Amino acid sequence: MRETEFAIVGAGPAGLSAAIEAARAGVQVTLIDENDKPGGQLFKQIHKFFGSKEHYAGVRGIDIGVQLLHEVETCGVEVMLNAVVWGIFADHTLGIIHDHKNLHLKAKKILLATGASENALAFPGWTLPGVMGAGAIQTLVNIHRVLPGRRVLMVGSGNVGLIVSYQLLQAGAEVVAVLEAMPKIGGYGVHASKLRRHGVPILTSTTIKEARGKGKVEEAITIGLDEHWREIPGTEKAYQVDVICLALGLTPLSELAWMAGCQFDYIPQLGGHIPVHDANMETTVNGIYVAGDVSGIEEASTAMEEGKLAGIAVAEALGYLSAAEAACKKEVVLRRLDELRSGPFGGVRKQAKEQLHQQRCSQ
Amino acid sequence: MTLAKNGALSLEELAALPGMPSKERLAQGPVVVIECAQEIPCNPCEAACPNGAIKVGEPITNLPVLAEEKCTGCGVCIAACPGQAIFVIDMTYSEEEATVQLPYEFLPLPAKGDLVDGLDREGQKICTARVLRVLNPKKFDRTPVITIAVPKECAMAVRNIAIRR
Repeated sequence: MRETEFAIVGAGPAGLSAAIEAARAGVQVTLIDENDKPGGQLFKQIHKFFGSKEHYAGVRGIDIGVQLLHEVETCGVEVMLNAVVWGIFADHTLGIIHDHKNLHLKAKKILLATGASENALAFPGWTLPGVMGAGAIQTLVNIHRVLPGRRVLMVGSGNVGLIVSYQLLQAGAEVVAVLEAMPKIGGYGVHASKLRRHGVPILTSTTIKEARGKGKVEEAITIGLDEHWREIPGTEKAYQVDVICLALGLTPLSELAWMAGCQFDYIPQLGGHIPVHDANMETTVNGIYVAGDVSGIEEASTAMEEGKLAGIAVAEALGYLSAAEAACKKEVVLRRLDELRSGPFGGVRKQAKEQLHQQRCSQ
Repeated sequence: MTLAKNGALSLEELAALPGMPSKERLAQGPVVVIECAQEIPCNPCEAACPNGAIKVGEPITNLPVLAEEKCTGCGVCIAACPGQAIFVIDMTYSEEEATVQLPYEFLPLPAKGDLVDGLDREGQKICTARVLRVLNPKKFDRTPVITIAVPKECAMAVRNIAIRR
């Protein structure tokens, strides 16, 4: 069996940031990802990020990814790609399929930075080719430069739906409308305004009713909703489209945390069942940490800060940082997280996160 | 219509923003219009301004406040805003025309001298616009800034262009 000090599952923004922090302090880090390239979703994020300079504000996600990969390389992190972690066992051992071979990796500390998966919506015709998730569209358009269709109906007006709609326009597609079941737009107004000034209608209190077509999407039927989310008969509208994109939020990919025996709480504002964790990002199982979307759906900016927190906490727990050094580093990161979790959008997440921390501390 | 409902700021919402210059300042020459209406954690505009004319401060969710007397209308904040919510208006360009500088991340880029459609905040064509300048330096990081001349009465409404094909 192979051994390492700190195993990180998932090389997205959280995993990369944790690896850099811990390795810089001297920790032996093994960073594991099932894809053939590290970076997670960062390389699909071709837009400029929000935040302040410390959060890479104004920098495009794709360029943040390049920067983090460079740092990971220079600070001596072992990166294991095409490696699927299929199990987690007592005594901190991971079961991994790497290059078609099974191996076991025993670590003193483990960070689960496994991210999230997209939520789907079932409606008549939803299995027709042409109904696809926003993540798939971002991969096709922004990474492989393939346009999945010419006329797109976007379902969901959170930041993902708004940003992907904008990127579809940039790639030359037409976005016929963005639907939002809630009575108001879910994502940032500035993202919505970018679409509106290109003439894309954003229809609140409206949802998808049906996808129609022979062998593929040819038409989408939408319908208005009343204040109790009930369909309003007679408000159906038909759009001739070849793509219906679903951007309906994310659910944490928490299988490994369940398997490890972590305690969970159900927090809708954070995307569902979340492993209870403290301000060090440590779960209720000693030595197992979470960061990024698996610890509550937020953004790449918060994922990077959470990863740093976990990396610092692990370095401290392994004796590479003194309590004072760690406290000093954590304070800086916590302040930046506080900034990102303030205001009408972030404040809700801050409250939810505090609820989780309190649970962990009361045990 | 309102921002939260359909994605376009209403005139009432715009008038209430701390990033809007006064009528008097607009009459004096180029100045920024900051159409940032929600308290999201973001402050690159503050760092971008060489004259300290944009203040966000702490917490960074504060709306950007324009110190209109310090703004020279240089426009370096336009490409720095991740939300593409900043524009520069010059009401003194000529007798009939004003200029609008706006971010434009689409290909093909227009060329100087082109006539394009001037679109409002809801994407409706409201005038013909003449392209005066296309800036796309490395510093703007792939957010080109287009300067257009439009009829004066359209200057506070035009926020996008459409290339004529």
